[in-house]
Amino acid sequence: MDALIHQFFNLDIMTRALPLVLQGLQQTILLCLIVIPLGLAGGLLFALASLSASRAVRYGMILAIDFFRAVPPLVLLIFVYSGLPFAGIRLSPLTAVAVAFFLNTSSYYGEIYRAGIESVGRGQWDAARSTGLTAFATLTHVVLPQAVRNVLPDLVSNTVEVVKLTSIASVVALPEMLYSADMARSVTFNASPIVLAAAIYLAMLWPVVRLISRMERRIAS
Amino acid sequence: MNAFLEAFFKPNLIAQYWPLILKGVLVTIEIAFAVVITGLLLGLLLAVIRSLQIKLLNALIVVFVDMFRALPPLVIVLIVYFGLPNIGISIPSFAVLWLVLSLVLAAFAEEIFWAGILSIPKGQWEAARSTGFGFLGTLAYIVLPQAVRLTVPPITNRTVAITKNTALGTVIGVPEILNQATTAQSFSGNATPLMMGALAYVILFIPVVALGRFLETRFAWRRS
Repeated sequence: MDALIHQFFNLDIMTRALPLVLQGLQQTILLCLIVIPLGLAGGLLFALASLSASRAVRYGMILAIDFFRAVPPLVLLIFVYSGLPFAGIRLSPLTAVAVAFFLNTSSYYGEIYRAGIESVGRGQWDAARSTGLTAFATLTHVVLPQAVRNVLPDLVSNTVEVVKLTSIASVVALPEMLYSADMARSVTFNASPIVLAAAIYLAMLWPVVRLISRMERRIAS
Repeated sequence: MNAFLEAFFKPNLIAQYWPLILKGVLVTIEIAFAVVITGLLLGLLLAVIRSLQIKLLNALIVVFVDMFRALPPLVIVLIVYFGLPNIGISIPSFAVLWLVLSLVLAAFAEEIFWAGILSIPKGQWEAARSTGFGFLGTLAYIVLPQAVRLTVPPITNRTVAITKNTALGTVIGVPEILNQATTAQSFSGNATPLMMGALAYVILFIPVVALGRFLETRFAWRRS
């Protein structure tokens, strides 16, 4: 029991690792502020393309979405970071992470938006257009507000997944929270710094996970 | 164009490294199956236990589920992999990956199965009980068959998303696809093995992603 506490919940080591882990937390937050808006915007584009009137665009987009949902994000990240240089494209860790996560998260957000847009009845389009609204205004003022409300739990839940996803940026040496914690771990030979990082992830995401459960239950009933 | 082919599809490297990538594919498939089986069974078991409505157990289940939904899987993998040996428990890296991903899948599956059980109208319970079924009989023969059917699309999508995390095994040296591909890349100084690894994932997972999409449209009435 003592060994367990010493190895996983060593307050002394946690205190020493805290400044480094907090520095990492800043990078994690910065990363989220880049990746989440990019994914939300990209996802909307992906969704609109996958609902396009042109069959070629529609099938092409669905194929692309399925492709990026089939490749594990870590594989995509390593491909962008250490594969593309062989084609003469050398990206910094941050850019590589942004590009790889953009493709991955846009595909997931895109599927969610698409389900939301499809859940809004065809009559809503027709009614809005017949009152003289343009197609664009119909989309932004009539369809999307309802669509987003219908899939809000899924959007929030995917955003939690994106925050968790930023932890794999540690593999390409981007100094986010897990990377910093693992550095401290390798210096102290003790898992407590990673447990500290885990506690910070929990503090950030646990309330959101609770909220999602509640939102899902309300929609189910 | 030639430079591109030379960097990503070099024929002699494909010939040289495909057996290695194939080995990785087998490891990935083995771990994926193990994770799917233990994760889904454990998730179902937890949902069944939760339906017994024992307060203390329910609180423990909710804490377990929330924690494993909120923590990044790589964080849990590193804690288990680097922490356990120091307290005298040493388990091989593939077992760490299997254990962690099973627990993560179980957490998500429990939540989905539980939502499915809740969505079955109370009248089904009452009708079954009044014909003489016991609690477990009602659950096993009346409620679960209907509940599980409702949960097929979300469970499929979640299972695929978590199974793809087998790629995280490369960080702790599990010889799965990505690990073989990056090793081969550093030996050959060429991105061809990495491209082969990525394509192996696409071939493995596109069918299940497409299956998830098909199931979602078939069950689309649920949303409206």
